[in-house]
Amino acid sequence: MSTSPSPLSGKTLIRFENVSKRFGSFIAVDNVSLDIEAGEFFSLLGPSGCGKTTLLRMLAGLETPTEGHILIDGVDMAGIPPNRRPVNMVFQSYAVFPHMNVADNVAYGLKIDKVPKAERDARVAEALALVKLSDFAHRRPDQLSGGQRQRVALARALVKRPKVLLLDEPLSALDAKLRDAMRAELAQIQRDVGVTFVMVTHDQDEALAMASRCALMNRGTLQQVAAPGDLYEYPANRFVADFIGTINLFEGTLSTDEPDHAAVTTAALDAPIHVNHGVTGAPDARVWVGIRPEKIAMTPLDAPRPTGPEALPQANVTSGIIVTSAYLGSVTLYDVETATGTIVKVSSPNGERSANPALPTGTSVWLHWTPTAPVVLVN
Amino acid sequence: MTDKTSHISGGSSGAFWAVSLAPIVWIVLFFVVPLSVIWSYSFGRTLGLTEVAVTGTLDNYVRVFDPVYLLIFAKSLTFAAITTAICLIVGFPYALVMTFATPRGKILLLLGIMLPFWTNLLVRTYALMAVMRTEGWINDGLGLLGIGPVEMLHTNFAVVTGLVYVHLPFIVLPLFSTLDRLDRSLIEASLDLGAGHLRTIFQIVVPVVLPGILSAVLLCFIPALGSYLTPDLLGGPDSQMIASVIERQFKRANDWPFGAALSFMLMYLTLAAMVWRAWSDRRAGRKEAH
Repeated sequence: MSTSPSPLSGKTLIRFENVSKRFGSFIAVDNVSLDIEAGEFFSLLGPSGCGKTTLLRMLAGLETPTEGHILIDGVDMAGIPPNRRPVNMVFQSYAVFPHMNVADNVAYGLKIDKVPKAERDARVAEALALVKLSDFAHRRPDQLSGGQRQRVALARALVKRPKVLLLDEPLSALDAKLRDAMRAELAQIQRDVGVTFVMVTHDQDEALAMASRCALMNRGTLQQVAAPGDLYEYPANRFVADFIGTINLFEGTLSTDEPDHAAVTTAALDAPIHVNHGVTGAPDARVWVGIRPEKIAMTPLDAPRPTGPEALPQANVTSGIIVTSAYLGSVTLYDVETATGTIVKVSSPNGERSANPALPTGTSVWLHWTPTAPVVLVN
Repeated sequence: MTDKTSHISGGSSGAFWAVSLAPIVWIVLFFVVPLSVIWSYSFGRTLGLTEVAVTGTLDNYVRVFDPVYLLIFAKSLTFAAITTAICLIVGFPYALVMTFATPRGKILLLLGIMLPFWTNLLVRTYALMAVMRTEGWINDGLGLLGIGPVEMLHTNFAVVTGLVYVHLPFIVLPLFSTLDRLDRSLIEASLDLGAGHLRTIFQIVVPVVLPGILSAVLLCFIPALGSYLTPDLLGGPDSQMIASVIERQFKRANDWPFGAALSFMLMYLTLAAMVWRAWSDRRAGRKEAH
């Protein structure tokens, strides 16, 4: 099953304009401006307490912004209560009504809208079929598993045909196996119904796997809004680089900065780092270089020294000793200590079956990377 | 192995007795024994001024079914039911507001309900008399508007008012503890699905906290049924409740066996209410299991 995100429509459906939310002196959301397009599977990602849930709840109308405006389909939501907004939410605890059976839970919102019984029944059946709960229509919530309860919550929200479906940590209460299955299924459902999904999660894997775009937040502010791949490969700052996946960050100074290449000298490594693009920083500026573990190649030290880039042959090659290794099945993670005492994380794919780990602890190795591997961050 | 197990179970049973001995002695000495004595009196007959012979007669219970007493039982049940209904109507919104109040507001609202509760019942009842009597504050106020005076004291109205005042905490506190534990996201989900606040209260909150409401109703109804001081001081000649009649049997009439039979009738009614509560709980449990 493919989980590639749906294409963007180019039409702005949700707009946050300089939105802030304060609880007393605590700033939960700090001047956030953000556009979400129709048909997107948008993810609000960040550590706990970063303001992502508050942002979602303001969209639902369950919290009121202290400052700023929220527009849905061009309409300012200020003063519009949650029951009059074209959004529906899947709560983290699912909030399935315990005194109603599955079908009644799903029908609740339609009864409020005074949808005629025949149409209501048809739409409930359709929603239950969508989440594969047709056989459970007359079950009571306490006879359902966590995954099934979540499907009820999903059906109950989708049956209202909202413009936006809000999901608050939808997979956090499920066990690992079910979570993987639901991840693919949620993305599938989103493509099937074409409703804009806005999902809050603290789990980067979840966001990267499902979302068409992510907003990464920290301490109430937006750090970066980008497609998952761009967040990973082109982080805007150290926080983003560090939050998404694993990265080796080296602090250094910009020794060369030409339009088509740049070099950074760092005390952490005994070789300069050469990149194949210019950095618009001041000369000798303090910068950070990030290199993902899987982008560092490792060869035994008794092999010939790998050649560095043509422009700067001494760059991008260093050596060290493997201090720890962790075999994770598809890859092995190594910690390599360089002559300068820096620990460099390296991830090597286990392309062939072999004794584990392929390189034992204590092995001296060359570490090298291409000029396209590092990312230079100025803040 | 056997030694070890027996040692552990012996130790824990020792701990069990150490903790429960005092309450068991207390219950036996001050509840089971006196209640058994009174219960046996209800099957007896007065011999002299202080002597009761337990003969096993059912005469006292037969007398309870005399229309005079049945009427008083009916009146007591009616007073208790009206009191409970008004307490629920007033107390549920109060508890709901308390649940959603700020921490500071919660304390103030709790004090509002607890301060009268901590005040001596007699003091509160006399205060109510001062408010409601013909020369009382309400009639003074009405007099300024050119109305009245309205006779309030020593009427059934005064009794119900007093009973509601006294029993409000019995319904607000258990309701608050139930509502406070209610998953807020159920309310938010209802609003999110388009429901207004009233619909959310009646279709989501009330059904979900119904067991708590039933407990609160019982907790209010039972003491209201046995009220003595309030109807005695605030009521008129036709507002007698059963407790006053019982008191008269033990004192002026000096008919302890009949007083005991009346007391136990009240007890049986209370027990019946509790059995009904347990039964409705079990039924709800069974319904959920299907």
